[in-house]
Amino acid sequence: MTAENRTVVVTGIGAFTPLGRDAASTWEGLLAGRSGVDVLTEEWAADLPVRIAARTAVEPGEILPRPLARKLDRSAQFALIAAREAWADAGYETPATDVSSKLAPERLGAVIASGIGGVTTLLDQYDVLKEKGVRKVSPHTVPMLMPNSPAANVGLEVGARAGVHTPVSACASGAEAIGYAIEMIRSGRADVVVAGGTEAAIHPLPIVAFANMMAMSKNNDEPQRASRPYDKGRDGFVLGEGAGVVVLESAEHAAARGARVYAEAIGQGLSSDAHHIAQPEPTGAGVARALADLFDRNQLDKAEIVHVNAHATSTPQGDVAELKALRKELGEHLDHIAVSATKSMTGHLLGGAGGIETVATVLALYNRLAPPTINLDDLDDEVDADVVTGEPRKLPEGPIAALNNSFGFGGHNVVLAFRSV
Amino acid sequence: MATTKDEVLEGLAEIVNEIAGIPAEDVELDKSFTDDLDVDSLSMVEVVVAAEERFDVKIPDDEVKNLKTVGDAVNYILANA
Repeated sequence: MTAENRTVVVTGIGAFTPLGRDAASTWEGLLAGRSGVDVLTEEWAADLPVRIAARTAVEPGEILPRPLARKLDRSAQFALIAAREAWADAGYETPATDVSSKLAPERLGAVIASGIGGVTTLLDQYDVLKEKGVRKVSPHTVPMLMPNSPAANVGLEVGARAGVHTPVSACASGAEAIGYAIEMIRSGRADVVVAGGTEAAIHPLPIVAFANMMAMSKNNDEPQRASRPYDKGRDGFVLGEGAGVVVLESAEHAAARGARVYAEAIGQGLSSDAHHIAQPEPTGAGVARALADLFDRNQLDKAEIVHVNAHATSTPQGDVAELKALRKELGEHLDHIAVSATKSMTGHLLGGAGGIETVATVLALYNRLAPPTINLDDLDDEVDADVVTGEPRKLPEGPIAALNNSFGFGGHNVVLAFRSV
Repeated sequence: MATTKDEVLEGLAEIVNEIAGIPAEDVELDKSFTDDLDVDSLSMVEVVVAAEERFDVKIPDDEVKNLKTVGDAVNYILANA
């Protein structure tokens, strides 16, 4: 392998999600087919058209010390908790800047994305300005609300000096972050990168704004049944919050330190639609181009793929367009692929989705189990794929690969590919 | 307002505890905000705003840089409240 084409592996995982406080409890929730969606009980939610969401299972304030938490936007709190878990899970005990660290900070990066950034900080501090005056606006406001804040805070936490980055592409942001991190290691810029996505946008303004786009489910009476990808009765996505983070590492670096490897991070395929600012391209042509790009630029045989963690947000148009693209590019291979729509359980974490769904995809390969899609009672006639429902699906022995799809408003298409080890 | 030195110290200790998480008993007159109490320049703005409110005193931005230790802040508040 040349320095420009190094193999990348996943050595650590962390998650802070509507299903649990860590990757293990999140995975358990996914296998059990548990919904993380519930009614919003806050006073402000009472008059909204959408009164359901998937809050994190645990409040971050129960984990982070208060003096630290009060200087971090909720999205950065999630990212920090998940990154700490992933970092420890990878076997790292200190920041790379510590004198005892064998990993040089100049070889460590952090790439953490969110779709919307510190939106609750921005809106809350605007309320402070209006209600309490100039002097009371927190001096931490700017470092809290900037979209790169989760990445910067994770970078500070682990001591990353090879580069800290924040790609922004709406709901594809988390996947784009992981793709960027894979490229950093492949190209030789870094040996280890902490990467993922986070989002904390459960606030009346984003909820009303999404609802007014007719993008969200209004099934307020049945919160746990509201997110139902591929079902005929689907009526939009359910907003979720949380973070998923992985530690990516060059294969040589991981082997040299005897690290446990969950999966190989093969690479990414990318494209953009140039179709509409918020509508998915209905034939799936843009997604198909991202898949084609994946196969063009990576060593991956279509027959190896046995599992897809689909983007499938539970919107009428998007779910079907994605499957059309998979059929176009994978042909009859799609018949042997277990498709899972985990947003049926977690809700849609926007920029956090690529993070937690990468964690789910990697764990699916590692445990050879594809999680179910819940609430799929009446399959849409246009669904021409093997969607896992009910019990988790056992994946085959031998070398297998899986895809994690993410698409974002703006027409961003990102496909990540992983392989069993 | 008749405030004693001990009362100002106690009040500042509560503020520093709230903002930086330092135990109140560790907030002593000779301690430096930045070097000893983990109060960086941004958090110092929070300490100043909270102290202004609590002790009914104005601490101009130009003055903040002179308040290096807890004792400096206590003395300024006592002299200007």
